Amino acid sequence: MMKLTREGIAYRVACELTEGCYVNLGVGIPCLVPAFLPAGREIFIHNENGTLGVGPPAAPGAEDPDLVSANREFITLVPGASVFDHAASFGMIIGGHLTHVVLGAMEVAANGDLANWHVPGQKVPGVGGAMDLAFGVPNVWIAMTHVNNKGEPKILNACTCPLTAPRCVKRIFSDIAVIDVTPGGLALREVVPGLDPAAVQAQTGAPLSVAQDCREMDVPESFNGVRLIA
Amino acid sequence: MIDKTVASCREAVASVCDGATIMMAGFGGTGVPGQLAEALREQGAANLTVIHNGGGDDDNGLGGLMLDGRVRKLIASFPNSPRAWAFRDRYLKGEIELELVPQGSLVERIRAGGVGLGGIYTPTGVGTPLAAGKEIREIDGRQYLFEKPLRADFAFIRAHQGDRLGNLRYRFVMRNFNMIMATAAKTVIAEVDQIVPVGTLSPEEIHTPGIYVDRLVQVERLSGKAKRPPEGSA
Repeated sequence: MMKLTREGIAYRVACELTEGCYVNLGVGIPCLVPAFLPAGREIFIHNENGTLGVGPPAAPGAEDPDLVSANREFITLVPGASVFDHAASFGMIIGGHLTHVVLGAMEVAANGDLANWHVPGQKVPGVGGAMDLAFGVPNVWIAMTHVNNKGEPKILNACTCPLTAPRCVKRIFSDIAVIDVTPGGLALREVVPGLDPAAVQAQTGAPLSVAQDCREMDVPESFNGVRLIA
Repeated sequence: MIDKTVASCREAVASVCDGATIMMAGFGGTGVPGQLAEALREQGAANLTVIHNGGGDDDNGLGGLMLDGRVRKLIASFPNSPRAWAFRDRYLKGEIELELVPQGSLVERIRAGGVGLGGIYTPTGVGTPLAAGKEIREIDGRQYLFEKPLRADFAFIRAHQGDRLGNLRYRFVMRNFNMIMATAAKTVIAEVDQIVPVGTLSPEEIHTPGIYVDRLVQVERLSGKAKRPPEGSA
């Protein structure tokens, strides 16, 4: 079965981020997005620890210990970037100033409920900034595999894991589909080449309606030597 | 003449007593007052309540205080990083109480404490397990939950430069929790890379005005060269 690689999902997300977006990227697949943003498109990447305008990773030998990402990777800043403290950083998040956040997920429900912070049975809990991002940012996008590593659907009628935030997800980018969360339920917008809507529905734990303009996903086999389709 | 500088980290933390509540700034290894925390390890105060974003790294600084069994309670948002193993061990044995707070709520609770407010109403957490037991209030059609302010006996801060008046300047992402924690404790102690003469820092580049700071001490950077930390260990 044809599906997108993790990089393929990131590529598809990157296509959708338009000039002028202020976006925070979660760990996992979302972190791969910047590599696929077209050069010259002005998009500002926000980090919880107080940066707006994160650029490429720092080159070896040019690392600055006071300039790191929220994941502790050495970064650079783009021209026009700014730095600020945690109160300003989370004010941007909770105040709704960022335009997008791209997050991974364990489960997403048909009404947009998101569960991505706590696995039942996890011994030490930790939430970090996940809830603030899910509650505060207007466009919560999810980049994830369509099913978990047991092959079970991650898109469900109702989440079974503790919620990060209720009714927050607007769009899901998976390895086989793009799905919008609408007031009327889940709308299938795009399907990976070679698959039909019924096959996507078979891997989804909640009803999908096929959008009128539902189309085949436009993702090349590879990009700069990186395989996008598995 | 006002002079808030002290000669050593040992002197800077000497007044911390058993049972104290301490804010420790820093995030993901940057802006962490690690040498003040190490001095506190030597000093011996125990039964501490610590407010910090994470659970401490490895076996030094806050991680070392965890390892030594000196922390009674941790108020944090992300105590489950792999490097917080010392906290994890104590927590799983039931030896440390954990109050888990979303990161933005942690920030705003400290900010509220620092500016004299009685708490905050935040949307973050409504309808999730972290709202348990908290007041929910509808304001202009949206639900918010009440979070109490946080204040502390001490705040440990790290900055790049400071002067004898306690004015501080940070580099890049060092600001993180440092700027707000510096406002929310009775006694604020800063470790800095460099103490500079008054007037060296222009008014426009002072991030933490000296009014907030009680003591500051110059420390050597532990590693002169940047060292790449393990990936995925926020």
